[in-house]
Amino acid sequence: MVRFLKHQIKTWGLIDLFRGLRVTGKYLFKRKITVRYPEEKTPISPRFRGHHALRRYENGEERCIACKLCEAVCPANAITIESEEREDGSRRTTQYDIDMFKCIYCGFCEEACPVDAVVETRVFEYAYEERGPHIMTKDKLLEFGDKHEAQIAADRAVDAKYR
Amino acid sequence: MFETLQAFLSSFLFEWLAILVTLVIQAVAVVLPIMLVVAWLTYAERKVIGYMQVRMGPNRVGYFGLLQPIADAIKLMNKEVIFPDQANKFLFIIAPVLAIAPAVAAWAVIPFAEGMVVSDINAGVLYILAVSSILVYGVIIAGWASNSKYAFLGAMRGAAQKISYEIAMGFALVTVLMIAGSMNLTDIVNGQQGGMLNWYLLPLLPMFFVYFISGLAETNRTPFDVVEGEAEIVAGFHVDYSGMTFGVFMLAEYAMMILISFMTSIMFLGGWLSPFEGIPYLEAAFSWVPQLGWLAFKVSFLLFVFLWLRATFPRYRYDQLMRLGWKVLIPVTILWVFVVGIMKYFDFGPWFN
Amino acid sequence: MTFELFIFYLLTAVATVSGLMMITIKNPVKAALWLILAFIATAGVWIMAQAEFLGLVLILVYVGALMVLFLFVVMMLDVNISVLKEGFTQYLPLGVMASIAIFSMMYLVVGPEHFGIDVTGEPVSNSENYNNTKSIAIPLYTTHAYAFVLAAVLLLLGIVAAISLTLRRRPTTEVLYQNIDKQVKTLATDRFRLVKMASVVEKAIPSKKEDEK
Repeated sequence: MVRFLKHQIKTWGLIDLFRGLRVTGKYLFKRKITVRYPEEKTPISPRFRGHHALRRYENGEERCIACKLCEAVCPANAITIESEEREDGSRRTTQYDIDMFKCIYCGFCEEACPVDAVVETRVFEYAYEERGPHIMTKDKLLEFGDKHEAQIAADRAVDAKYR
Repeated sequence: MFETLQAFLSSFLFEWLAILVTLVIQAVAVVLPIMLVVAWLTYAERKVIGYMQVRMGPNRVGYFGLLQPIADAIKLMNKEVIFPDQANKFLFIIAPVLAIAPAVAAWAVIPFAEGMVVSDINAGVLYILAVSSILVYGVIIAGWASNSKYAFLGAMRGAAQKISYEIAMGFALVTVLMIAGSMNLTDIVNGQQGGMLNWYLLPLLPMFFVYFISGLAETNRTPFDVVEGEAEIVAGFHVDYSGMTFGVFMLAEYAMMILISFMTSIMFLGGWLSPFEGIPYLEAAFSWVPQLGWLAFKVSFLLFVFLWLRATFPRYRYDQLMRLGWKVLIPVTILWVFVVGIMKYFDFGPWFN
Repeated sequence: MTFELFIFYLLTAVATVSGLMMITIKNPVKAALWLILAFIATAGVWIMAQAEFLGLVLILVYVGALMVLFLFVVMMLDVNISVLKEGFTQYLPLGVMASIAIFSMMYLVVGPEHFGIDVTGEPVSNSENYNNTKSIAIPLYTTHAYAFVLAAVLLLLGIVAAISLTLRRRPTTEVLYQNIDKQVKTLATDRFRLVKMASVVEKAIPSKKEDEK
């Protein structure tokens, strides 16, 4: 009987409806958490996996030794490597292409690399308007690495003790 | 106001032309503001629901996103209108027209203030009921002409739902007519004069809720939007509509929302009457507010409730929706018809004199 | 020709044409739509004849409710038109005879000699404040009260009969019904119970027991 009365009061008093409206009514005045993207940006982790880059040693020598571990580990087959002996007898790449359309940004290439040559940077704001430029060649990747070297090095340093 | 215009026009035009021109001017004078309100109601909806979901809502086009509706309109107008294969082209095109025509035609009898009405007819309430009952054809024909299962299912749901809730709506109106003793909307408002206690809200409180809930169902708003039901039937009756044909359906829906809000505030919330009538100091303090201002205030509150409800409640399941209409709302309204009859017989309260 | 007369002829033309289209068109859905147009035009004519209550009720009841249900049914039917047309010539003489009979009967009752201003007299032009609804309601609820109640009871009977004819309860072994009343009345406490208990360290791992079985 009590339960019946309780139910009737709840139904005809539209109690549940008003309770629901109170919740949304409260949220109407809450502080909005939207990030207005181009003007505001969320902080990015040093482990962020964005655009790829090839790094150099401090003396200007490129790190990549054409071991092809990254090519092997890449789950999307985005990396293509051709290698040849350089005049000084060291093993170097002649072609190092990353297809940015295929890449899934898993970061395996970076983890597989024994010499920290290929890395993924924090840069994620890039787009291609046509096919062609999306193939990142060795020159472009090296240039990209040179441009962002300070940031890349800093990020690696922060993360070094967890590796 | 328009009689003088007509007299002025007939001084140098044929009489029938003068009448026609006056009618067109009257229609434009009412429809244009409504369409503008509709445009910014879509903006308000996105903004309010956004805020209730702790988002910002549209804020890119113009200051605070205020020009968003214009951007949307331009976008819709530039889009291609696609005709589905095997669709009945004539009916496909006529369906949005049938949806918006009643939603606009109903405004002919809505009084915006004392005497500010296009056509002050005696059977105003009945006219509104009759016109809004034609509204369902837009949905049905759209669903049938699209030659699509989803659209058809949406149309079937819409037809059943609207007919069911129209009965509850009609009975709720009957109680109002019983108190007011008139079907003229101006008379109904004038019957509520003398302060907030004299509004029909108090003796007809259940009917207020019933009317508003059926209004939600009539306009296919959440929680009663099984007609669209994007989770099950994609977008219901207007899946196959694109561009401006789709836009016209949207215009009709929002125009009906505004109409329901107007009807609710006219019949239950005292229309253009000030809520402070009869209260010594407040009445004087708010005497500067025009009649239209009070009506607009009440209407915008009800419209806000429309949006508030949309942000709050999940969609009804179809059988629950039918149960609510037939087994809850209609019995309640019939019961209340008797209650109002008894109240009227015993001259209960300040409402019957 | 006055503006009023123009509208009158327009509405009557629409009503006649849509009536003809309704009976000649093959697609049943389109026929129903033409019928709706005929109703609306007729309602317009009634309103012009100062019967605005009847005109609006015609739209409300016939267009707004009845024809929607009609369309509802007609749209879902998969009508095979060629089957319907079978035996057209066979039934034609009978059909023609029936239509001639109906037409002649209607002519005798509502023929032109029973209409016109000299028979019915000039229509009474009512003042602007004339309330059509009241003038229908007062005789309906006073002189014709019993007939009115009887009609209402008949309609109710019709509703009950229609429902009892179509209502089909199948045993729950065949079809599962949802009891919405029961669903709505459930409380959160019916569905789960929060139990306070001390944390217990299990001695044996239960899953291992299962493996042994």
